Amino acid sequence: MNESTAVRAGSKPPTNRETAITRSLAVLLAFQCVGELIAHFTRVPIPGPVIGMVLFLCLLSAAPALAQEVEYVSRGLLNHLSLLFVPAGVGVMVLADDMKGQLLAISIAIIVSTILSIAVAALVAGALMARLERKQTRLNAPKSEQA
Amino acid sequence: MKIGETSWLADVFIGGSPLPALTATIGVYIVACWIHTLAKRSPLANPVAISIALLVTLLKLSGTPYSTYFEGARFIHFLLGPAIIALAVPLHRQMPKLRGALVPLLGGLVAGSATAAAAAIAITMLMRCPGVTVASIAPKSVTAAIAMLVSAKIGGIPSLTAAMVIVTGISGAILGSFVLGLLRVRRDDVRGFAIGVAAHGIGTARAFQISEEAGAFAGLGMAMNGILSAFILPIGFPALMGWLSS
Repeated sequence: MNESTAVRAGSKPPTNRETAITRSLAVLLAFQCVGELIAHFTRVPIPGPVIGMVLFLCLLSAAPALAQEVEYVSRGLLNHLSLLFVPAGVGVMVLADDMKGQLLAISIAIIVSTILSIAVAALVAGALMARLERKQTRLNAPKSEQA
Repeated sequence: MKIGETSWLADVFIGGSPLPALTATIGVYIVACWIHTLAKRSPLANPVAISIALLVTLLKLSGTPYSTYFEGARFIHFLLGPAIIALAVPLHRQMPKLRGALVPLLGGLVAGSATAAAAAIAITMLMRCPGVTVASIAPKSVTAAIAMLVSAKIGGIPSLTAAMVIVTGISGAILGSFVLGLLRVRRDDVRGFAIGVAAHGIGTARAFQISEEAGAFAGLGMAMNGILSAFILPIGFPALMGWLSS
């Protein structure tokens, strides 16, 4: 498999899209399986797909050509990530029925805490990043250009 | 229409086959995307929120219980697994940038994650919600699978947490851009990361509408907050509650 990906790397997307689809799905599902197995046997409180994603990321660093191979299917899944949350999301109707007395408190808590969390995360990460970049430009101006 | 009549209808249409639930979910999603485009891609017209509203209406009108619907729609739900694996591809592409920005991202992660949990706990306690609700809402910014595990561990109700997680994701997806705009945060990496930390997967879906860079950083924020919370909340929440009650 490595030879064929090496040949394709850098050139146009794979000509045979159908092979790319089945292969990509096989790769994604295989990593999900491995992740689930690790989660199951080590009992870490992290879902299998998250473990699989980290492992896949490691493989991509080792074999960057593979990224091109799974590009089409990955993009398709991620472009419609919203759709995948709909079935679980409809479950909110059960919450609304069960929690009538507390709905206002819960809604306020969720909305306010989410706004605060976005603001704090962005301000802290943004400030630290700006500081880091200032430091880098001071230390070695030419190197920081490549980022 | 009589109740008996509608549940009979629901039985025929939804009962045995996943086909109606799948068709309805994808059909409604296409309508939601169309509304999103008509609304000039405003984050207010969030496709997840619109789809959910339309489907809840459909289920109520047809007298279909949620469990029956989910039985069919779980095939779409299943694809979340491969989609999370697929996140490795945009993350891989942002790797050089990511490596350089690790410390700032960790800082933002800890601050954002702590704020989400602390604010949700404080507000529900101030509004005199029972302890179960407080425990259920603590992991609300964490991706659903991890949040439900954490919720069970700290004395919450996992299904209640799942619903709160979804509402959090939708709030973050709708309000994120406005909040970041008000704060004049313009960098896509920071915008995406903050939305991912606070609003997990639904936020990540929204961040991919901003740019691929924002999406990749949102996915990273989601994964990092999931891993951090999985280890910290089960220890931190009981400690906090013990300290507050003493």
